[in-house]
Amino acid sequence: MASLDRTARAFLLSELVAGFALTLKYMFKPKVTVNYPYEKGPLSPRFRGEHALRRYPNGEERCIACKLCEAICPAQAITIEAEPRDDGSRRTTRYDIDMTKCIYCGFCQEACPVDAIVEGPNFEFSTETREELMYNKDKLLANGDRWESLIAANLQSDAAYR
Amino acid sequence: MYADLIQFFTTNWLGQAIVILAQCLAVTVPLLVAVAYMTYVDRKVWASIQLRRGPNVVGPFGLLQPFADGLKLVLKETIVPSSANGVLFIVAPMITFMTALVAWAVVPFDDGWVIADINVGILYLFAISSLGVYGIIIAGWASNSKYAFLGALRSAAQMVSYEVSIGFVLVTVMLCVGSLNLSEVVLAQSGWFWSWFWLPLLPMFVIFFVSALAETNRTPFDLPMSEAELVAGFHTEYSAMTFGLFFLGEYANMILLSAMGAVLFLGGWMSPVPYAPFTLVPGVVWFALKIAFLLFVFSWTKGTLPRYRYDQLMRLGWKVFLPVSLGWLVLTAAVLQFGGWVPKH
Repeated sequence: MASLDRTARAFLLSELVAGFALTLKYMFKPKVTVNYPYEKGPLSPRFRGEHALRRYPNGEERCIACKLCEAICPAQAITIEAEPRDDGSRRTTRYDIDMTKCIYCGFCQEACPVDAIVEGPNFEFSTETREELMYNKDKLLANGDRWESLIAANLQSDAAYR
Repeated sequence: MYADLIQFFTTNWLGQAIVILAQCLAVTVPLLVAVAYMTYVDRKVWASIQLRRGPNVVGPFGLLQPFADGLKLVLKETIVPSSANGVLFIVAPMITFMTALVAWAVVPFDDGWVIADINVGILYLFAISSLGVYGIIIAGWASNSKYAFLGALRSAAQMVSYEVSIGFVLVTVMLCVGSLNLSEVVLAQSGWFWSWFWLPLLPMFVIFFVSALAETNRTPFDLPMSEAELVAGFHTEYSAMTFGLFFLGEYANMILLSAMGAVLFLGGWMSPVPYAPFTLVPGVVWFALKIAFLLFVFSWTKGTLPRYRYDQLMRLGWKVFLPVSLGWLVLTAAVLQFGGWVPKH
């Protein structure tokens, strides 16, 4: 009997019909696509995107050239050179990140004692040439100025969990 | 004046050549547009089944996407591998594309709308669709690459296997019609939509459709291009417009087999209800709608079924379809003979 049953099912294509009915049903369901360049998904405050060097509200740069980020960077993507400034404070003269080496682990941000280097919410920084991904201090500070309001809001909303 | 023109186009060899050329263009150009939009519809249907949107950026609703793709293929560089056989490598896609086009000569689009109203239309279609294998075999051999070669062997074996059952399906339809002329096949199905051959010959219609999937190398029989094993099958080494010709040929073949299905089983240009206002709609519109329906089922199948394993494919072709179609052929012949329904001409 079982073999008869199986043969009948095979010849009446019952399984095929069931499968086709299911896909037809799905065809008329609402789409789940996020229409990316026009719509974007939500980002966590902890999202680790493009790097930025922040400033204090008075315009002074936060980084004190302690080089903890350079030391902890597992990909050795960060290069820092530093010397005392005219007013005697210790500042970087060079702060480079090779974005092609960076693995976006966020250790630099964790290591920073003054919240100077952070990974911001921006992930759309693709470039046409490799050289453009060798970020220097100017580029990182400019990123900081551009994204400061979002970065500050994200840091604050995450502060309770740190 | 008009009499002169009519005489020029009906008797003068140049006039006749112009008429034939115009007829060919009138079939080929809409066919190529249909191919372009078939790729679009395919992608949209698969996307919908997977809850995606599909192409929607190029032009309104992504309607210009096929042309963007085509333009890209034309502008790319045609790469001929250094160890390939240069001439055959280029000729193979042309053969595939041409065989997909020449078969349209005998397809009746409406009553009397056929380029070559020959008495062996079905045989011609069958012969031409068999020739399509050559393009694939030659492509696989001329590429001089193991992936292309294995893909071509699979493809050829598969197409030959399923042609057998398609042959029996065609013979059954011939028995019921008593003619090999495609226009007469359609005329024999006149009446309501349940008097078209799909219902009386339902098992044969299913076998025909599944074999058509295998003939055109579509899911679930697309293992000539199973990416995981064979890269891209017989067109692994092809790029730019040589690949484009294979692609066009494949889709034109799909449309051709849908047209065959519409002519043989869905009453060709007939309207489903043999009364006005349905009969006022031009037959070519009904024909196009029937082709469109079958093509939708092609896409739907691709969105639904996984790929067969090679031995399963061969088993289905030789051990299921061949006996079943042969049995149904004998049954049909017996019913026609002993029921006294043998068509007389």
